[in-house]
Amino acid sequence: MRYSGFRVIKEALTGHKGWGPAWRDPEPQPAYDYVIIGGGGHGLATAYYLAKHYGKARIAVLEKGWIGGGNVGRNTTIIRSNYLLDGNEPFYEMSLQMWERLEQELNYNAMVSQRGILNLIHSDAQRDAFVRRGNAMILNGAGAEMLSVAQIRKRYPFLNFDDARFPIKGGLAQHRGGTVRHDAVAWGYARAADSYGVDIIQNCEVTGFRIENGTCKGVETSRGFIAARKVASCVAGSSSRLMSKAGMRLPIESTVLQAFVTEGLKPVLPGVITFGAGHFYASQSDKGGLVFGGDPDKYNSYAQRGNLPVIEDVIESGMALIPALGRARLLRIWGGIMDMSMDGSPIIDRTHIDGLYFNGGWCYGGFKATPASGLCYAHLLATDTPHDTAKAYRFDRFRRGYMIDEKGMGAQPNLH
Amino acid sequence: MIINHPLLGPRDAQEFTYLGDAALIHRPDWQAEDAQDQFHDYLYLRDNPAGEHRELWFHESGDRSWLVVTRNTVTHEISKVELARDVARSEGRSR
Repeated sequence: MRYSGFRVIKEALTGHKGWGPAWRDPEPQPAYDYVIIGGGGHGLATAYYLAKHYGKARIAVLEKGWIGGGNVGRNTTIIRSNYLLDGNEPFYEMSLQMWERLEQELNYNAMVSQRGILNLIHSDAQRDAFVRRGNAMILNGAGAEMLSVAQIRKRYPFLNFDDARFPIKGGLAQHRGGTVRHDAVAWGYARAADSYGVDIIQNCEVTGFRIENGTCKGVETSRGFIAARKVASCVAGSSSRLMSKAGMRLPIESTVLQAFVTEGLKPVLPGVITFGAGHFYASQSDKGGLVFGGDPDKYNSYAQRGNLPVIEDVIESGMALIPALGRARLLRIWGGIMDMSMDGSPIIDRTHIDGLYFNGGWCYGGFKATPASGLCYAHLLATDTPHDTAKAYRFDRFRRGYMIDEKGMGAQPNLH
Repeated sequence: MIINHPLLGPRDAQEFTYLGDAALIHRPDWQAEDAQDQFHDYLYLRDNPAGEHRELWFHESGDRSWLVVTRNTVTHEISKVELARDVARSEGRSR
């Protein structure tokens, strides 16, 4: 069924009896060409691009709970491509371009809103670094603009411009950045993948891999054995847990990242802003809630909830930037589990086991990467060669010394 | 989280910084044949379990001792706290 304005009017006039489920609920088949483990944004996007671009194949997405119940439903919905390094910027820029045409392609309203992202500057050194970053963005076709204080005042008059310690000196803007309705991304990809015949199998937990002579033959699941020519792990947050079942240790630690939303307010925050002096970023959802976040809790955790010191730090940073924030009441706080890779960049690669592939290590940047991650992973699965924009995301970059340390912090997760 | 320091008693986890898996105590032998592989695994690969995890915490805002904390990564419950020095010695390190 094609969604359209005409369809909404027709259904409204006929008692909404024509809407069907957006995707099927199939029983698992005994064998597939591709089994993708993880029904989150990346897994569903992978299935969609695999089915669409790489020909007819039997594809299944296995999800232990319900689709979109993990990190694609727990993030702060920001999209952007304001990266510096060669290994990253072309990939994230491709992703942003894919966001720009996503809704038309999927025929699904994902509420992609290019309201712009602004990284604030508080010192001369920071200005130099951001000018450099802006140039890297322009070289990669992403577009960037340095804004003066006067320009920022016009759009964000309520910021704490004249703070004694961290006055605002300018900002780096990417006008094409913005936000997306995160759940709709999972649902849109699920519906589109399903329309190409992908089996989306929920409540199906992978309990082990069947590996014979160094080749992965399929997966053991809570609903029985499923044979597959190629098995693709796509479970960022739980990557180490899953891959340990295949005997692999990963360059990843799991950490909890908290996010916050206030009660609904009238429109006040027109775009996405980030504080340059502490770790704080905020946007306003279409429902009106201020959505914001900051640092992860910097220790291993699978708890999906964080601790109070980080909450205090985020709120303090927020108050330093937007004093008016103190008048808003916090509605919810939640945590998501992230794969923190050693250098802060993701991995999309084959493993040393034939037929077993890996996508993970997205740190706190997985959501914006969803379309490109799906496309690149599908490319890798179908052709056994990395996609041009994801060539740097290999397992062996640590061994070879080609780390992608975007923040220049060093190769250790608790530094990023 | 409260970390029950073996010398100082219960302290707020805020006073500590976190390094990671306590296996980092055991630096590989740099003269071994396969030292490069060993160092790759030592530096970059982690068990990262869901459940009990032995990990290194540094009492940065306190007595600057290194601790080995046994903590559950699912519940954040801390079941054991030892001085890293004692752990290293008991596991055969001389210094």
